[in-house]
Amino acid sequence: MCPQTNKPAAYDPQPPRPEWGIRPPTRKTGSLKLPILEASPPRWVVIPIEQCLGVSARAIVTPGQHVLTGEPIAQADSVTGTDPGPKLHASISGEVIGIENNMVPGTSAHREPCIVIRSDGKDETYSEYKNLGDPLQMDAGKICTLIAEAGIVGLGGALFSTAAKLQNSSGIRMLILNGAECEPYITCDEMLLRERARKVARGAQIMMRALGAPDTVIAIESDMPEARVAIYDAIEELGDDRIHESVVTAKYPAGGERQIIQLVMGEEVPEGALQNDIGYVCHNVATAAAIAEFFDEGRPLISRIVTVTGGGIETARNVDVRIGTIMADLFELIGGYYDVSSHLIMGGPMMGVCLPNDELPVTKATNCLIIMKSRELSPPRQEMPCIRCGECNQVCPAQLLPQELLTASKQHDMEALDTLGLNACIECGCCDYVCPSYIPLTAQFTSTKLEFRAHESGMQRAAHARERYEARASRLQQEQAERDKQLQEQVDAVSGTDSIDAVMKRVASRDKKP
Amino acid sequence: MIFASGIAPHWRTQHTVPVMMRQVIYSLLPGITAYIWFFGIGVAVNCLIAAVVAALTEASALLIRGRPVKLFLSDYSAIVTAILLALCLPVVTPWWVTASGSFFAIAVAKHLYGGLGFNVFNPAMAGYVAIMVSFPEYMTHWTAPNIGDIDYQPLSALATLQYIFTGVLPDSLTIDAISRATPLDTVKTELGMMLTMGEIRANPLFGDLGGRGWEWINSAYALGGFWLLFRGIIRWHVPVALLGSLLVMAGAGYIIDPATHPGAGFHVFSGGTLLCAFFIATDPVTCTTTNTGRLIYGAGIGILIFMIRTWGSYADGVAFAILLMNMTVPLIDRYTRPKVYGRPPTGKEQRSHG
Repeated sequence: MCPQTNKPAAYDPQPPRPEWGIRPPTRKTGSLKLPILEASPPRWVVIPIEQCLGVSARAIVTPGQHVLTGEPIAQADSVTGTDPGPKLHASISGEVIGIENNMVPGTSAHREPCIVIRSDGKDETYSEYKNLGDPLQMDAGKICTLIAEAGIVGLGGALFSTAAKLQNSSGIRMLILNGAECEPYITCDEMLLRERARKVARGAQIMMRALGAPDTVIAIESDMPEARVAIYDAIEELGDDRIHESVVTAKYPAGGERQIIQLVMGEEVPEGALQNDIGYVCHNVATAAAIAEFFDEGRPLISRIVTVTGGGIETARNVDVRIGTIMADLFELIGGYYDVSSHLIMGGPMMGVCLPNDELPVTKATNCLIIMKSRELSPPRQEMPCIRCGECNQVCPAQLLPQELLTASKQHDMEALDTLGLNACIECGCCDYVCPSYIPLTAQFTSTKLEFRAHESGMQRAAHARERYEARASRLQQEQAERDKQLQEQVDAVSGTDSIDAVMKRVASRDKKP
Repeated sequence: MIFASGIAPHWRTQHTVPVMMRQVIYSLLPGITAYIWFFGIGVAVNCLIAAVVAALTEASALLIRGRPVKLFLSDYSAIVTAILLALCLPVVTPWWVTASGSFFAIAVAKHLYGGLGFNVFNPAMAGYVAIMVSFPEYMTHWTAPNIGDIDYQPLSALATLQYIFTGVLPDSLTIDAISRATPLDTVKTELGMMLTMGEIRANPLFGDLGGRGWEWINSAYALGGFWLLFRGIIRWHVPVALLGSLLVMAGAGYIIDPATHPGAGFHVFSGGTLLCAFFIATDPVTCTTTNTGRLIYGAGIGILIFMIRTWGSYADGVAFAILLMNMTVPLIDRYTRPKVYGRPPTGKEQRSHG
């Protein structure tokens, strides 16, 4: 049943049409023409060791060691302290050549330790993960431990440890699987749903067991009719009526976590709270599919679907590529470059990161690679002053006023930023997209958030210090009051006008003693 | 292959500031054409004078302030201000009056406040009010439209040019001979003389809705306004609120006392109402930013236009209405903020802590 309208899953309700958001050209048809290509294992892979958000990791193999496909090669630390840290696995079988610092894709092309493996051509699978048992009979803790063992992290791009997210599971009312791919060009989740919807549904079942959630909603956009049919068929095949699908309007950024909860369930995540606090857990559909693959086939997270597209690539398509494949090898595999291109963007055109060259490895966070020719990008222009047109206010999905935030951020007015709700900004880029003055609003807010958070933590420390000072002052005062009271009691015990004389006599008699 | 870098987002709108301003100029062209048809080329000459003076003033101000001249000159905002100012002036305004107004608008009302994006008051209206108050007699020399059946000889193009630049009229004419009151002027003075609306409207100066000629010009402005709405350069809130509140007030006045109130159609189609509704009140810099704020702002202007026309001493209240509402914009903005995602709807914005 669709939770929005209480009608069966295949019914197509009118998705709520939000006022916020933009409708840029989607540019998705090119990469949707061909089916997912299962990339053959490359000759060598460069796997960054740290592929889990917020925690560091250590290699557990040594150079020269032979590893099998799917064998654990690194262990990350626990995120919350109680969850098992996710592992990292070899995506091909072969010899570990070394653990070296390599450039990895990210916002700054920095160097990180990576495990380099050279293929032995055999692609032998590590068989310890087969026959784990029926996950729907296991208890929640065991499922989470195994998910961490499988190295499964959020495949929507955040790389947050899935086991940690599933552990915090009291009072979860609904599991939401986010298949709403709102950014232009990206089609990896849509292709996954078209071809492997059964795995997604199966993953939903396992996650519901781990969370104790009664229902799941798979959210997709209204421009994915084939995916919708595939999901419906998969749900029918599994025969599980706890899984539903929900269609949301195809606007950017409908696929943001907070926005999808607002669109599908009609509730907003309160400021400063997590989605768990209102009973929802949101995961990417690819994460669900990876969980199903691990429990049913014994395959840990060693590959992911990447959309390779753009005007500069010969053939645009989705590729199921091994983690650690060098991007240049990946492009060769699907036909090579079409033409000299100016930009390589990891992600989409709205929030994606520009990469400096194509010698970087594919990581668990790489959902899309766009080889863009300069005509596909907006030409850069000089920034002009804000003309207060208010278009940014119209499109902000967090219902903020970017125009006033800009003024407050340029003036470093922390109070105003707090009142205006800077922390609710999801850095989606909608305000930049519509700004006629070409003001770099998102970049401004990203940098202001750092300042704002430093200021907030400073305020918290100051508040804490004030509490401690006041506690100390009152404690000292109390002690002083007690001492005064004791003194007064002693004074009162010796009563009468000759009390001083009595004291003097006692002192004199004491002095006389030898 | 090596690639270039950039920061997200990598896609941006094509509606840049120069594009928006040029679209505004294009959508004024139907109105200007109708104006020339009915009143002669004087309006085009005024536009030219105002535009040239505005551009020179803007360039000088930018040089003095050390700002990039080419960038700001090529955004056409000074030209838009100049044209809007020129469209509010009588056709035979002397060149130096137009030039003063244009200079004041750009130098004082725009650059003294900080330039594009920082001015509080609408520069075109500020310039208009400055010359209205400084040179009031020249601002009353309105001519009559060329509608053929009035006992009136319109000035030829050459004579218009001669008067604008040298102040000399052809031998047989005086300024009083060629100037006539506008429909709004006529209504105001004749109501003051205790004539009823029926008698006033019998004057051949009045057409079906507003003044003859003027209703065509205003309709052409409205056409341009709909084009801007269609292109998304302006949003519907300010024009609808302005015209709505004016219609309500004028309609109420007409219902209560049709003899002394000209009615909604007249108010909307005469004077500068439609020019104001679509072009002047929607100036993004001096307008409020949120949709609720825009409804309040537009309604306030409409109410003030009606009040000034009916009970004030000026025939057309558009300029003053705009300037008065410009003053209230920061206040309206402060109290019409939408609810931020994740905050409870308490009716006013809340701090997240503290």
